[in-house]
Amino acid sequence: MKVVVVGAGPAGIRAVEQLVRSGVRPVWIDEAADGGGRVTQRPPPGFKRDHQALYGADAGRARRLHAALDALKPRTDWRPDTLVWNIRPQAGALHTLAQGAAQGEIGYDALILCTGAMDRVVPLPGWTMPGVTTLGGAQVALKSQGVGVGVQPVLVGTGPLLVLTALQYAKAGAPPALVLDTTAFLTKAWQTAGLLWNPPQLLRGLAMQAKLLLSGLPYAQDATPLAIEGDTAVTALRWRDAAWREHVTPCDAVALGWGLKPEAQLADLAGVPFDYDATQHNWIPRRDPAGRTAVAGVYLAGDGAGIGGAEVAELAGARAALALLSDHRLPADAVLIRHLDGRLRTEARFRAALERAFPYPAKLAARMTDATSVCRCEVISAGELRAVAAADAPELNRAKAFSRVGMGRCQGRLCGPPAAEVLAAALGVEVEAVGRLRGQPPVKPIPVQQLA
Amino acid sequence: MLTRLLDQDRPEIAFTVDGVAVPARQGDTLLTAMLAAGLGHVRTSEFGDGGRAGFCWMGACQDCWVMVAGAGIRRACTTLALPGMEVQRR
Repeated sequence: MKVVVVGAGPAGIRAVEQLVRSGVRPVWIDEAADGGGRVTQRPPPGFKRDHQALYGADAGRARRLHAALDALKPRTDWRPDTLVWNIRPQAGALHTLAQGAAQGEIGYDALILCTGAMDRVVPLPGWTMPGVTTLGGAQVALKSQGVGVGVQPVLVGTGPLLVLTALQYAKAGAPPALVLDTTAFLTKAWQTAGLLWNPPQLLRGLAMQAKLLLSGLPYAQDATPLAIEGDTAVTALRWRDAAWREHVTPCDAVALGWGLKPEAQLADLAGVPFDYDATQHNWIPRRDPAGRTAVAGVYLAGDGAGIGGAEVAELAGARAALALLSDHRLPADAVLIRHLDGRLRTEARFRAALERAFPYPAKLAARMTDATSVCRCEVISAGELRAVAAADAPELNRAKAFSRVGMGRCQGRLCGPPAAEVLAAALGVEVEAVGRLRGQPPVKPIPVQQLA
Repeated sequence: MLTRLLDQDRPEIAFTVDGVAVPARQGDTLLTAMLAAGLGHVRTSEFGDGGRAGFCWMGACQDCWVMVAGAGIRRACTTLALPGMEVQRR
């Protein structure tokens, strides 16, 4: 039986571990040169910081994952630096592009997709300027390159990553000029009981929050970002505090991030149906708690199958592999399955509370000014999208065809969610009613001659 | 502005951008090296709204495309700078 695992982050590593344990030698594909995922991404060779310096409280997890990654690579058909750009589910085939140049096709009988997630953003006036990054991007820069996106950045968004990144920048010698949290303190505090489903994570979150408050870094909660100012580079953020007072905070970079969204384009191309998850405010590929989908032979795990974080990704990766093994009558550890099912149920309750504690600011997206570029690839303004809505585009893919929103090089990864909010508000319907941008091959741009 | 903060004790290398030598350190991505050298942007928007300098830093947004001689269009954020590399901004 030919098994392929796409992704070598926490979910992919733990999936491969279970497959190898049962005597399967999978093809293991990662788009990056190394593997390790995003939270526990390793710098390229030559960097010297140790695990403690790189990952802080996640150092133990990172050390264990990297040890497993390195031990497992030789026991698989390891294909780093390889993009899967299409899936043909009827043929059981993946189309790949290795090292940005070599075209390939890989057949599979069973497939585990561990494709991860990316930052979810809300476009602001000025967000295409040099010096504006995602929050995750600002963190990747520091972790994997030892650089700050600025020396007095403003961090904007909500969620654990906002506070963590602020503390990491302060420690690295680039204290943020402002940490702007769009969530009110009480919204977070109300969810404390639900967050007790994972006491260590709750304690860690509270400790980070306390550290931020004690650090003296400017920290605004329940605040609203208005515009990023500058001409050829960022010079300031204009924003409004909880009392509706306007401020201009000078800065040399702005990082934006409101939680994560699944990178689920491959599940889409595989034919997996999607459901709207109102708590996560994301479209999620449909799967059972073990990671099975309605498409025979296709399994999902990790943040690409719905946001759960690195800890859940490890559990879900192992669980999906065990589902695959038992579905194909191969040895699968029944005791481990029961343990994982219990843990995943508990973690789902924690995640639901976390999503309610740090909500996506849907209204901020829905109310963006007409002049704001909702699509940074094709430079389509919210006003153009609203005009299309008025001219009979009741659904996002139709609006894409009329306006080109989501048709650019990122394939709607960034503009999809905020465009849906703008369109839904313009039409006066719930956001799930306008649907989601359908995945199209290639899921990322490839050289044109490769299509021939 | 992008600034080198930590772990910068690595061998120096050099490559060119638009024909001009740019200093870098071993392990820098093209995006890191170009912005740390003060180039300001790595590409120009086709739609006349100015320079772009990447956004996501993880190979998703495709907003840091550069032309690398012999290799074609590459994402600056996921491509390591190598000695002698010839990069063109677009």
